[in-house]
Amino acid sequence: MSYGTGNEWFPYYEQAFSEGSFSYRTGNELPYYEQVFSDSGVLGMQASEQKAIQVTDLTVAYQDKPVLWDIDLDVPPGVLLSIVGPNGAGKTTLIKAILGLVRPAAGNVLIYDKPYEAQRQIIGYVPQRGSVDWDFPTNVLDVVMMGCYGALGWIRRPGKKERELAMQALEKVGMEAYATRQISQLSGGQQQRVFLARALVQDATVYLMDEPFQGVDATTERAIVTLLQELRADGKTVVVVHHDLQTVTDYFDWVMLLNIRRIASGPVDEAFTSDNLRETYGGRLAFMK
Amino acid sequence: MLQGHLDILSIAIVTAAACALPGVFLVLRRMTLMSDAISHAILPGIVIAFFLTGNLSSPLLILAAAGTGVLTVVFVELLQRTKLVKEDAAIGLTFPALFSIGVILISRFAGNVHLDMDVVLLGELAYAPLNRLKIFGSDLGPVPLYVMGTILVLNLIFVVVFYKELKLVTFDASLAAALGFSPTLIHYGLMTLVSVTTVGAFDAVGSILVVALIAGPPATAYLMTDRLSRMIILSAIIGCVNAVSGYWIAFLFDVSIAGAIATMTLIIFVLVFLVVPNRGLIAIARRHARQKWEFAQTMLVIHLFNHEGLPEAETESAIADLHEHLSWDPGFTNQVVKYALSNRCVSRKETQLILTAHGRTIAQQALVQ
Repeated sequence: MSYGTGNEWFPYYEQAFSEGSFSYRTGNELPYYEQVFSDSGVLGMQASEQKAIQVTDLTVAYQDKPVLWDIDLDVPPGVLLSIVGPNGAGKTTLIKAILGLVRPAAGNVLIYDKPYEAQRQIIGYVPQRGSVDWDFPTNVLDVVMMGCYGALGWIRRPGKKERELAMQALEKVGMEAYATRQISQLSGGQQQRVFLARALVQDATVYLMDEPFQGVDATTERAIVTLLQELRADGKTVVVVHHDLQTVTDYFDWVMLLNIRRIASGPVDEAFTSDNLRETYGGRLAFMK
Repeated sequence: MLQGHLDILSIAIVTAAACALPGVFLVLRRMTLMSDAISHAILPGIVIAFFLTGNLSSPLLILAAAGTGVLTVVFVELLQRTKLVKEDAAIGLTFPALFSIGVILISRFAGNVHLDMDVVLLGELAYAPLNRLKIFGSDLGPVPLYVMGTILVLNLIFVVVFYKELKLVTFDASLAAALGFSPTLIHYGLMTLVSVTTVGAFDAVGSILVVALIAGPPATAYLMTDRLSRMIILSAIIGCVNAVSGYWIAFLFDVSIAGAIATMTLIIFVLVFLVVPNRGLIAIARRHARQKWEFAQTMLVIHLFNHEGLPEAETESAIADLHEHLSWDPGFTNQVVKYALSNRCVSRKETQLILTAHGRTIAQQALVQ
C-alpha cells in the first residue's frame, strides 16, 4: 500500500478531522488512519489531487549497476510532460518501468492509483521507431490495428470495427493514403506517424512516447506537436521522452529533468531552469537559457 | 511400388508443411539457428527416454525430446543473459554439448541398440514407410505419416489461433508486453512447437533436412510477399514443392532423398531470389541498367539544353565531338545517343544533335528537381 509522497498525507489527515471524517468509518473494517492515509481511500480521491502517474522511490538496476536511483515523479492528469536528460540518463528505462516492461529493484508505480496491470487499457505506448524491424511483411493499416489488440484480448481477431478505428487514427496523423502501403516503403517521419496512429487507436487516457521526434522531418514534427496538444486539450496525459532542449518550452507544459536520479520535475517555468539544466547535463550542456 | 512412392511422398510433404509453419516465425525473429540447435540437442532426451521405456517408438520419446529442446532454449537464453556470451556463441556452446552427451550415453550404455548416427543426422526417408501402423492386423499406413500429420495439425491450430499474438510479439515485443500479451509465453509456446516438430521430423527425415525445411521455405516466401498471412501459406506450398521435386530427383538419380530435398530447398530459393519481381536479383540488375541509361540520357539532354541557342551550340552539339565535351568513352556516347534517339528526346540534324520538345521537357524537369 502506498501512502502518497511525504508532504501530501498530512493535509488529508487534518482535513479528515476538520470535515468530520468519522462518518466515513461506517461499514469499513479499516482503522480510520488507514482509510484516511490510503491513496485509494475516500479522502484521497478529490479529482484535482489524483495523479495520472505516480512513481515512488523507483530504482532500476541492470545487474548491480543502477540505471535509475530512487525516482519520485508525480504527473497530474492532463499535462504534456517531457522527460529530458543526457544519453544514458535512464529516460527509456523510466518509461519501460512505468509500463512494467522492466522489473524495478525497488519502488512502485501507480497509474490513476492502480498498478499498471490493472490499467493496461488506458495506457498508450509509442516505442522508439528503431525498436522494430520495418522489413516485417505487413502493411500500414495492419500495424495501426495492433493498437486494438489489447482491447481484443487473447485469440479474438480484429474485424471491421478495428479496421475503421485504424483508418480514423490514420486520418488523424494524415496517413490515410498510405493504409495499404508496405511498411518498409515508409520514410522515418511516416513510420513515426504510423506508430502514433497505433497508440491513438487505443483511445488511451495516458500516453507514453519514447522519442517521437527522433529523426523526423520538420513537417512531421509540427504534425506531432499539434497532435500532442490536441491530446492534452482532450484531457489526456502525455509523457514524452525528448531530446531537443530548444523546443521544451514551446512544446510542453511540464518537464522532468533526469540523469539517473530525478533532478527536477514540475511546470516548465518552474523546473526548466539553467541551474537544474546544469545539474542534469554537467559540463556537457551546450544550450543555456 | 506406387504405394511406396505415395507413402514416402506424403511423409515428405506433410513434414515440409509442418516445418514451414513455425519456420516462418523463426525466420522473422532471426532465430533459425535455434532450430539447428534444437534438432541436435534433443538427442540426450531421446536416449534417456529410451532407457526408461526400452521402446524406440514410445510417444514418451517425443515428449522427452521436446522437453530437451525447450531446455536448450532456456540454456541458450541463460548464457546470453549473463551478457558475457552473445547469442550465436551461446547456441554454439549449448547444442554440441547436449548432442555429445547423447552420443556418449549411446556409446557407453547402448552400443548394440539401433540408434544410428547417420540416420540421426541425415535420416533415411526411404525406410520411413517400413514402420507401419497396424491395428487388429490391418495396415493403416506408415507411422511417421501419422506422427507428422498430428504435428502438422497442432502447428496449424497454434498458428491460426494465436496468429494475432504471434504477429504482434514478432513485430514488436515491447508493445505486446505492454498490452498484456506475454512475449515469453508466446516465445516458449513457439519453441515447444519447434521442438516437437523437430523431434517428429528427425525420425523420418533427419535433422539436417529439418533445418532446411524450417529455414528454406520461409526465407523463400519472404522474398515473394509483403503479407504475413501469404508468407505462411507460400512457405507451406514451397516446402511441398521442395519435397516433391527433391523426391523425384532422388528417385531419378538414385541418391539420398533427404539430401536431394535439402538441395532442392536451396535451388528453389536461389531461383526465386533471381527471378522474383521487384526485389529479385534480375529485377534489380535490370532496374540498375535502366537507371544508368536513363541518367546518361538526362545528362545528354541537359548538356544540349544548356548550350541551346548559344553561339557555341554548334560545337557543343556536334555528334562527332560529344564524347570529348562530356569526357565519355566514344562507344558509350554512341550508345547513349542511340538510346536518346530511340526515345525521341533528340533528333539528328546533319552533324548536329538537337533537342526535341520532349527532350527539352525532360531537361527542364530534371533541372527543376
